[in-house]
Amino acid sequence: MRHDREVLLIMIMNHLPVLAVVVPLSAALLSLLLSRINKNLGKAVVILSLVFAFLDAVGLTAQVLQAEGHLIRYAMGNWDAPIGIEFYVDPINALLACFITFIAMCASIYSLSFLKDREWLQSGGYYTLIALLTVGLVGMTLTGDVFNLYVYLEISSLSCYGLIALGGKRSIPAAFRYLLIGTIGASFYLLGIGLMYAMTGSLNMADMGELLQSQMDNPLMYLVCASLIGAFGIKMAQFPFHAWQPDAYAYSHPGASPLISGAMSKVPALAMIRFFFFIFGVQNLVIVDATRLIGILGALGMIFGSVMALNQTDFRRMLAYSSVAQLGYIALGIGIGNLYGVTGSYLHILNHLFMKGGLFFAIGAIQYRFGIVNINQFGQLHKKMPFTCFTITMGALAMVGIPPTGGFFSKWYLMMGAMDKHLYIYMAVLVLSSLLNAIYFLRVLEKIFIAPEARLADRFDKEARRDGAAAKKHFLEVPAVMLVPIVVFGIGIVAMGIFNSQIVEFVAQTALKGVF
Amino acid sequence: MIVTDIRPLLAVAFPLVASLLILFSGKKPNIREAFSIIAAVGAAICALSMSSGVVAGNVYEFVLCPLTDTLSLTLRVDYAGELFACVSSFLYVVVAFYAIGYMRGHHEKDQTGFFAFFAICICSAIGIAYSANLLTFFVFFEMLTIATWPLVFHERNDEAKFSGRKYLIYTLIPGQLLLVGIVIVYAMSGTLDFVAGGFMNDSMGSKLMLSVVFFLLVGAGAVKAGMMPLHGWLPSAMVAPTPVSALLHAVAVVKAGAFGVIRIIGYVYGPEVLSGLKVTQILAVFACVTIIASSLIAFSQDNLKRRLAYSTIGQLSYVVLGACMLTSLGMRGAFFQIVAHAFMKITLFMVAGAIIVTAHKDNVSQMNGIGKAMPFTMIAFAIGSFGIIGVPFFNGFVSKWNLLRGAIQGGMPIYVVVLLISAMLGISYLVPVIFTAFFPKNKETEFKEFHEANPFMLVPIMITGVLSVVMGINPNFGPHLYDLATLAADAVMKGVVH
Repeated sequence: MRHDREVLLIMIMNHLPVLAVVVPLSAALLSLLLSRINKNLGKAVVILSLVFAFLDAVGLTAQVLQAEGHLIRYAMGNWDAPIGIEFYVDPINALLACFITFIAMCASIYSLSFLKDREWLQSGGYYTLIALLTVGLVGMTLTGDVFNLYVYLEISSLSCYGLIALGGKRSIPAAFRYLLIGTIGASFYLLGIGLMYAMTGSLNMADMGELLQSQMDNPLMYLVCASLIGAFGIKMAQFPFHAWQPDAYAYSHPGASPLISGAMSKVPALAMIRFFFFIFGVQNLVIVDATRLIGILGALGMIFGSVMALNQTDFRRMLAYSSVAQLGYIALGIGIGNLYGVTGSYLHILNHLFMKGGLFFAIGAIQYRFGIVNINQFGQLHKKMPFTCFTITMGALAMVGIPPTGGFFSKWYLMMGAMDKHLYIYMAVLVLSSLLNAIYFLRVLEKIFIAPEARLADRFDKEARRDGAAAKKHFLEVPAVMLVPIVVFGIGIVAMGIFNSQIVEFVAQTALKGVF
Repeated sequence: MIVTDIRPLLAVAFPLVASLLILFSGKKPNIREAFSIIAAVGAAICALSMSSGVVAGNVYEFVLCPLTDTLSLTLRVDYAGELFACVSSFLYVVVAFYAIGYMRGHHEKDQTGFFAFFAICICSAIGIAYSANLLTFFVFFEMLTIATWPLVFHERNDEAKFSGRKYLIYTLIPGQLLLVGIVIVYAMSGTLDFVAGGFMNDSMGSKLMLSVVFFLLVGAGAVKAGMMPLHGWLPSAMVAPTPVSALLHAVAVVKAGAFGVIRIIGYVYGPEVLSGLKVTQILAVFACVTIIASSLIAFSQDNLKRRLAYSTIGQLSYVVLGACMLTSLGMRGAFFQIVAHAFMKITLFMVAGAIIVTAHKDNVSQMNGIGKAMPFTMIAFAIGSFGIIGVPFFNGFVSKWNLLRGAIQGGMPIYVVVLLISAMLGISYLVPVIFTAFFPKNKETEFKEFHEANPFMLVPIMITGVLSVVMGINPNFGPHLYDLATLAADAVMKGVVH
């Protein structure tokens, strides 16, 4: 018996890359069916599968850090690359998979309170979509095959359209617009990999990368780069491809928006790094041009996003425009294109996942309890929701880049990278962007801590009136399932700053040193 | 000798941990205040206990954790850091008691937030003192910037809100420029560790580049120290409660700025490079203008706290001026001015606060004959004033005397003239206050009975007042602060021949 258990464990350990995808995928497929039997069963299966996926990703990260050459190549169904599909796991995508599954796990638990009173179809469907989105994102992160990446891209996009549309009346046009633009993005991607397939006859990333080196002066490469920039630019809402994003983020389902805004845009960003630096190689002239273009777009996006965020009063829209700006940081790092620049980009992918995730968790809780999203109604909110306001404060400081929060350190690496290449203009843009961030994020803090108390319809009061003496007593500001993710992300924002050097040293630089 | 010691970390950690405990104990004011006092006393014991070791030549160091891939958060207790940390942590104890008396006497709202951010400010100030490299310095510097903001907007009315915004605009922009400066310095020199005498040299970049970076670096310090024309935030921040003013203007924020300027001049660039660049002369001109102009403005202010704020602006530029002289005596004067001004100005501000709480008066013109009602308080005010003016046997004299000698040592008589004019102006704006208090013009004064401030406020005032005199007579009283100033100045100026 004991022996069997060991065998099972070893089997799991050998198949960690694929299990991170397969387990949530099975849960997604089972969710609706099980929900029909018992509403809670469907939810429980998805949440457990995401918990497993998170533990799996952590194990995978540990494995890859100890692996020879810091690399695990997992052949799907034992079909060896380049014929078969492979999962190409190195420290940077393993760690990102950890973060994605973590935020997905938190979001699925957090959503429980939104779906408490819903029918089996709605809650089962919602959890199916959450699980599918996670599958898509984790798959995109880990895969080593360009066409397989397209499949996961579509899985994540389609489930994302659904989750956005669930947000309410205004979210349906937003979801539809994202569907149209997102499809164009996916087509661009298909065009790009189609061209590369024509040039090399391979779909495996590593194999394709080698074969492409001799064809780098082929003018088609410009077309390839342009379609990839368009494809990932649309998916990560990079300026000027961001038009779909503010509505989509603002009106998506409040339970899913941390996952959508936190993780959804980061994976295409990592894919961009994967393509330009790992597959193509930065020593080629065409890639230098392409990354320079990405950097310029990033710099423009940083300014544009922040300026647009300045005149938003809906906190969610403000966060959405801030995401355009923050994605600009990531693109800027790609544009700088040296070890420090890309390290900064990668660190910012992780940091922003925590910052934006935390802020969306917080606004979801405020919406849940008081039904407000307008920052002008936030007066004295810290007295009613201290922990939520703690997370907002931490998120805001991290966005501005105040040490010791994580946001400061990604800025530091980006600045170091820009300095190395003497791109002083990028340093100026970073400073300007921080100051613009300070204006609109500290304005929110000002509203919370200084503005006079606003009159709000408290959900708890309503419940108390309705239920009379039988009403539940509320010791916490929001139900524990919401409060825990909020606090965890609030602390995580600072923890990311404190542990940044470990991430940079053991994860980012071990993987990136081979490239530069 | 470098000794690994946990005390520098504890001195920083006490107030930081206390701030969290304070936030969670808002409903029990007595426990909350107990945390504040325990943290203050703990930090002060840690800091003061190291001073004799530092004077003896030990350097205590603690590497907490890596900050980035190449730099770490390191706390190091050198002469200069120990000097500033002793002052900040000791005065925190004093202000912690005073704040209890003031906040309760004045029935302030939101006291929990006040005490919590107050603690974070002190944590950052001690951190700034003990920072071993520029990045650690920057971390604490920005923490200080943010933690001071809630103290400035404490009143939560429109005026406070705008002061808060003004404060942020004035401090965040130079903060970001400081970061750019740090990145450039790191790229040029490959190190950020403070070294007495500086680690930069001429070969690292063109003269223009070095000069531009110098101003990027000192800008943040100069703003916090209220140097003109970047002083606008300081008088506006006067809307804050008085213990904050005392803290802002005497200990943490402004001194951190001045201390930062010294760190850049003495420990990053060093006198040798700077004497070639001539940038300190430009900075000195700004300092001189600030000294004179702020005294003139102070003269015309009727609100006592505003008058003291402008006086602070002038007095801090003494520190900058002393550092810019690039002479050992000037540097010694600059270091000791940090100590002397802290004790004098905190006394003055605490007196102003005591008057607000006890007699409900803000303006000098309303204080006709107040010396009769509050004799001890006003005597302390007189002591502080004499120190600011630079009367012998008060601690302000010690620093000013060294500054004068430093100016002569460097062959810069114009600075002597500036310092003397400033002393005259000091007489003109501070002595009238004392005069109004003790010798009322008309006998129709409303202050007929003896009505002193409550002991929580009076005792701290007396302590700092008495120490101002004691340190005027024996500057080495207690933790050898004068020795520290001398040693620090000599370490920075070693190898520079006059």
